[in-house]
Amino acid sequence: VLNRRCVEAAVMTGLALNCSINKKSLFDRKHYFYADLPAGYQITQQRVPIAVNGSLSYSLCIDNKMSQMVTKTVRIKQIQLEQDSGKSLHDDTRSQTLVDLNRAGVGLMEVVMEPDMCCGEEAAAAVRELQLILQTLGSSQAVMAEGQLRVDANVSVHHPGEPYGVRTEVKNINSIRFLAKAVDYEIQRQIEELEKGGTILNETRAFDSKLGCTVSMRDKEGKQDYRFMPEPNLPPLILYDTKSLPANLNHQQVVNIDWIHERLPDLPSVKRAKLVEQYGILPEHSFTLLNEDGLTEFFENVVKETQMKPKKVIGWILNDLLSYLKQHSLTVKESPVSSFLLADLLNLLEKKEISSTAAKQVLAELWKGEGKTPLEIVKEKKLELIQDQNELEQICQAVIDGQENEVMAIKAGNRKVLNKLIGLVQRETQGRSNPVLVKQLLEKKLSE
Amino acid sequence: AAVKGGLRFQVSAALKEGHVTPTELCQSCLSLIKSTKFLNAYITVAEETALKQAEESEKRYRRGQPLGVLDGIPIAVKDNFNTAGIETTCASNMLKGYIPPYNATVVQKLLDQGAVLLGKTNLDEFAMGSGSTDGVFGPVRNPWSYSRQYKEKSVPKSPSEDEESNWVITGGSSGGSAAAVSSFTCFAALGSDTGGSTRNPAAHCGVVGLKPTYGLISRHGLIPLVNSMDVPGILTRCVDDAAAVLGSLAGHDPKDSTTIQDNFKPFELPNLTDVSKLSIGIPKEYCAPGLSSEILAFWSKATDLFKSAGAKVIEVSLPHTRYSIVCYHVLCTAEVASNMARFDGLEYGHRSDVNKSTESMYAATRREGFNDVVRGRILSGNYFLLKQNYEKYFIKAQKVRRLIANDFVKVFGSGVDILLTPTTLSDAVPYMEFIKEDNRTRSAQDDILTQAANMAGLPAINVPTGLSERGLPVGLQFIGQSFQEKQLLTVAKWFEKQVKFPMIQLEVKRHDHSAFQHQKSASFS
Repeated sequence: VLNRRCVEAAVMTGLALNCSINKKSLFDRKHYFYADLPAGYQITQQRVPIAVNGSLSYSLCIDNKMSQMVTKTVRIKQIQLEQDSGKSLHDDTRSQTLVDLNRAGVGLMEVVMEPDMCCGEEAAAAVRELQLILQTLGSSQAVMAEGQLRVDANVSVHHPGEPYGVRTEVKNINSIRFLAKAVDYEIQRQIEELEKGGTILNETRAFDSKLGCTVSMRDKEGKQDYRFMPEPNLPPLILYDTKSLPANLNHQQVVNIDWIHERLPDLPSVKRAKLVEQYGILPEHSFTLLNEDGLTEFFENVVKETQMKPKKVIGWILNDLLSYLKQHSLTVKESPVSSFLLADLLNLLEKKEISSTAAKQVLAELWKGEGKTPLEIVKEKKLELIQDQNELEQICQAVIDGQENEVMAIKAGNRKVLNKLIGLVQRETQGRSNPVLVKQLLEKKLSE
Repeated sequence: AAVKGGLRFQVSAALKEGHVTPTELCQSCLSLIKSTKFLNAYITVAEETALKQAEESEKRYRRGQPLGVLDGIPIAVKDNFNTAGIETTCASNMLKGYIPPYNATVVQKLLDQGAVLLGKTNLDEFAMGSGSTDGVFGPVRNPWSYSRQYKEKSVPKSPSEDEESNWVITGGSSGGSAAAVSSFTCFAALGSDTGGSTRNPAAHCGVVGLKPTYGLISRHGLIPLVNSMDVPGILTRCVDDAAAVLGSLAGHDPKDSTTIQDNFKPFELPNLTDVSKLSIGIPKEYCAPGLSSEILAFWSKATDLFKSAGAKVIEVSLPHTRYSIVCYHVLCTAEVASNMARFDGLEYGHRSDVNKSTESMYAATRREGFNDVVRGRILSGNYFLLKQNYEKYFIKAQKVRRLIANDFVKVFGSGVDILLTPTTLSDAVPYMEFIKEDNRTRSAQDDILTQAANMAGLPAINVPTGLSERGLPVGLQFIGQSFQEKQLLTVAKWFEKQVKFPMIQLEVKRHDHSAFQHQKSASFS
């Protein structure tokens, strides 16, 4: 029996990938014998899949510089619905295979891309974008490590101008990082093989993540004839749009493409553009925000609670918060510093009650997660900026009095030496002086 | 207790009025099953559970709250329907010992109506065959072999010959179910019909065999042979009973996507008296080679009957009939090959001891588990599904199937209400003769009049018409329009009334008195 949610997910994904949705699609049986296939056949959509001819846009950084991004497109050949098989676990020590049938029969969506990508980096970026899209749509949580998103790479090489070479299929890729590695390794392997004068076999290879290479999976002799046959228990899948929807059909029984289209959430590319426009951040910032689960929400929450401009907030989010998270291998959800706390801290900075150096110190304290507020930490460590003008003036005067040579140099025209004096004032005040104000006071005094 | 062995309606009334209790009924049937064990109609008798169900039914009757017309009625189910907790074998080594964890939808529906499940009936292995002779539990014997009518007419060929070697087949593949109904061990039975497997044994055993429209009754839990043609079949002793059982089974099943969505309304069969508005079609192609002159005569008499009653009887043509048997074989074996792929010994059923490798275990399991009829069909089917043959055979056969279905659409569209044809080519042959030809040949011959209805998905019913010269039942087939079971059964009921098919006079070596009485009262209906 066909699972309605699977159909909806496939339509959503097809629409998000700019595909044409086939209003009528068919189901077939693909026969082969294997221990993880209890029926002896897999139900799939070989003749007419549910969606065809789409495209996926993704972005790459040139030369690893986040500031230079280029947009590429990969064509989507089709999306088809099919059944999952069970899971085989090979126990080589006892020469046996253990078969877990729990997932057998569960609905899968296969997205087939055209060979428009040229290297591991492109493949990884494309799949990453696909992953974000799927997560945004809710079609899948697409976590590769859990097998929710499985990727097989088909790789071939050819000289420019010549037709595409023989392709190999690379399986057993368990992360986006490994995808890039596997693709690049295979490209290299094929090039070397051909330059030696050898040939590429149209075979299936497994990626060995420990060795970082692909290995031939020579257990299939010759080409299999899958004896495709229409699936007699599943009538053709008919989808409707608002125009073609007959009036008397039960709502429960139909899937309306237009209805789904209207309810599509903002895709990642749209979300990023909106963030750039709304907050004035850079495009590469928006990529980082979306790439990290929960980070966008965190950022927007901080912006809401603080007077600091988003353009400045983003620096704290991406440089400070994110690096702490990465260092401790934490997700945004697990952050000991909440968006409220960070906003509080940034507000103190914005009101010029503390210096940015002090702010970083406070953040380090907050990270310990001891439940103190930024204000409490500031008071505890006496990090407030000195607000008393007279006190500052006195310190400035003291410094001037103690640095005769430097004073003379400044008066002679060497303005750079002023920084040394500012530095000395900072030291005296233990960083609790506003450098801008200090500079003003010193200049005033020196010009007297 | 005077048990009414005839019409179920009568039994229902008897149960309601307390003339007989469900338990008495159940026990009587169980004891008759024991007395007729030589028929080999049952593979499994679920005595304990049946008696429990009868007890529950009895409680309901005492409270005055029977669930319906089927409450307390003993029934039997062909052994290719899944029954929870009761072994389901399909008469194959592959499933010996297999106990399903769930009931087929049709079984569940019957149980929900209070029916008492006596047991699982014998069949050809995996429902492949037209004799009910090729299952691992042995062949089913036609109860008419032991009838006075047959014995009187049979001339022993040699002095040493006795009824042991002279018995005739039930037809197939639902032979066990047909024999069970015919011999009064139950009041209704479920069969399956893919190419005629319910109507063929119904004809040979002198009972009503209904093949409903494809999509009317759920196939969920019916171990599939040909998904696009299989339907659950209903075997009863009279047309009214068949209508009652149909009423409790038909309707959409969310677990079977090939059942229609429309709401089904169970119906009472009207007592038709005026057939003058009826148009009966006689397809000339059904005068098939090999049709016995006897059957031809019965068919003629039937058309005369309709004519003289005022109905319009016209000759029609279904021109693609002669292609249907080969077309059926291609499509049938292809789907069989696919459906049998699940029997690998890993998850359920027989598993071979060979364990050198997965492949060798699969191969050995399937060789040991399937008989050669099944294996032959799998090999043929796989051949037709090969890439290089797919277009030539499978696609071609699908196209021809469409043409065959269109033949019927055209004929019905021209004003014909019902078609009248023979069901079988002859009366039941003796077992010794039947086995002289192989299963494939027999099926090709015997399915010829029945399988077009499966190809077109149309409803069809066998109505027992009369006795042959050898004293054996002959039936005629009515084919109706899609989902017009009410019309089909109404006409069938009228016909049944006209022909007054005789009750079987079963002569069985009796041990217990009650069974004898049962048989005696059976002739009272």
